[in-house]
Amino acid sequence: MSEPVLEIRNLDVDYGLGDRAVHAVRDVSLTLHRGEVLGLAGESGSGKSTLAYGLTRLLPPPGVITGGQVIYHPEKDSPYDVLALSDRKLREFRWAETAIVFQGAMNSLNPVHKISTQLTDVLRAHDPAMSEHSRNARAREMLKLVGISPDRMDAYPHQLSGGMRQRVMIGMALILQPQVVIMDEPTTALDVVMQRQILGQLIELRERLGFSVIFITHDLSLLVEFSNRIAIMYGGRIVEEAPASTIYRNALHPYSEGLLGSFPALRGPKRELAGIPGSPPDLAGMPSGCSFHPRCPKAFDPCPTTVPVLGPPADANAAGRTVACWLHPALENR
Amino acid sequence: MRYFLQRIAFYLFTAWAAITLNFFIPRLVPGDPVQSLIAKYRGQLSSEAIQSLYVLFGLDKQESLWQQYLDYWKQIFQGDLGLSFTFFPAPVSQVISQALPWTVLLVGITTIISFLLGTGLGVLAGWRRGSWADGLLPVTTFFSSVPYFWLGIIAIYLLAGPGSFFPSSGGFDSGLVPAWDQYFIPSAIQHSLLPALTILISSVSGWILSMRNMMVTVASEDYITVAHAKGLSERRVAVSYAARNALLPNVSGFALSLGFIVGGTLLVEIVFSYPGLGFTLLQALGAKDYPLMQGIFLVITISVLVANLLADVAYLLLDPRTRKEG
Repeated sequence: MSEPVLEIRNLDVDYGLGDRAVHAVRDVSLTLHRGEVLGLAGESGSGKSTLAYGLTRLLPPPGVITGGQVIYHPEKDSPYDVLALSDRKLREFRWAETAIVFQGAMNSLNPVHKISTQLTDVLRAHDPAMSEHSRNARAREMLKLVGISPDRMDAYPHQLSGGMRQRVMIGMALILQPQVVIMDEPTTALDVVMQRQILGQLIELRERLGFSVIFITHDLSLLVEFSNRIAIMYGGRIVEEAPASTIYRNALHPYSEGLLGSFPALRGPKRELAGIPGSPPDLAGMPSGCSFHPRCPKAFDPCPTTVPVLGPPADANAAGRTVACWLHPALENR
Repeated sequence: MRYFLQRIAFYLFTAWAAITLNFFIPRLVPGDPVQSLIAKYRGQLSSEAIQSLYVLFGLDKQESLWQQYLDYWKQIFQGDLGLSFTFFPAPVSQVISQALPWTVLLVGITTIISFLLGTGLGVLAGWRRGSWADGLLPVTTFFSSVPYFWLGIIAIYLLAGPGSFFPSSGGFDSGLVPAWDQYFIPSAIQHSLLPALTILISSVSGWILSMRNMMVTVASEDYITVAHAKGLSERRVAVSYAARNALLPNVSGFALSLGFIVGGTLLVEIVFSYPGLGFTLLQALGAKDYPLMQGIFLVITISVLVANLLADVAYLLLDPRTRKEG
């Protein structure tokens, strides 16, 4: 496997302080490798978006990072911890190294400024020496890259369709040639045809420009198709991580199985669709032990009492995969 | 552009309706201005003089209401608003043009300062929630809940009086003649300080509160998070992204408040005996001075309409979503 570009180490994120704090992300470790698409899937409230906001330090109050490290490996310099950057360094890091495409395609653009202004102000902020002419040229180039006619530079966001706005956001994300692009449900607000078009374009751009992607969605079927590796989150923890095809064919964690069973396969024999019974856990009152055990059809003795450790399963073919489940205990669990 | 023309047509219609009402209402009120003028001169007028007064004021009963109405419009277009009873024989237009600058300068400048100050503080309070600027809110809200004329009375009681720097009434020292010179202007400013302060204190919290609340609302918008994620400076995010969007309702509120400059601070002018339009209106009311009342109402109506138009224009300029193509 290629070298890492972003390493999340034991990240903890809380909402609120003290005893009443809600632990939205607990002890998450995840590594993004250069040039790969890492999918992050889970139900609403599983902490996947919080993880994305946390690692760029964009958490809205009362979100606080209570522990962990986010190690970024620049292309040339030595790695550093994003969580330890000064405010000024953090501003320089943002967008230039890690850009984000947010969920709300409709609301991500400032309604009172032209898209040209919003494309160029990021250039001005990161490279004050750049001339206005070359800023505009760069902005046009980005629009062309995402398939929008450059003469829409002077359009206001409300004059563009939802799909065009999300393309503008993608173009904006790539304008500084970041190493990492975080996609937080980038296509939820769009219809399926537009979803497919935009994702296809994105994958093509990734191959051309070579950035890495963290792709957050609750739509596991999209991830199976577009990502290299998939991490499944439940109740603020990562419960399984494996190459996309491995998860699809042979998911180990019952929750991953449940997610995979909830959408139909396009090809192959028909099978019964099954939902996961129950509802996502209340983050304020997390079940003891494995937080999935009240909904798990395969729960047994150790599940309600002890939290399973995420690690390579001892029983299955463990090549590049980890799982946190008592059915497939990791070596360390025993 | 079409939208704009529609608005103008609407305002023209409103102006017509307001001026027409302005014509009819005093004529529906019982009582007769000539009678009050007779009372003013304590019966020392001959019957010929009384008759000519009726003619002079256009109140001779021979003319039909319709004819009076047409004459009224003709006069308005000539800038002739009739003669004032109270300041007889000064024409109404002259009385108004003497009073108007006092009001416009005092209330106008105060309104602008109040808007700028309040909006600025509101941006700070909304952007840095829980900072010192946020702590201002209860204080300013307290003052805004106090009626401003009462605030004025308290201010006079506490700050004005013999030997005080602040005069308690009037627009300038009684020994001076209004002129743009080094004696008159400082005196006028000195006289305007207390009323201005009263209006400022009572109005600024409205601006702070509305701006702060809009800032808080806008701060949770997605595009603010995007702006942070883009690594823009805190200042740029606060000003160009948050405040720029939060400003919209406040600007239209400001444009509307410009319309109330002329008529809205009647009570402050009365408390401070300030020689502005509100004070003049009070005198007109006391004397049943129809032409003067009509004239003042006309000025108030027009200024409110112009302010509405300004609000529309400001919104068109500030919010691209209200502009329609073509």
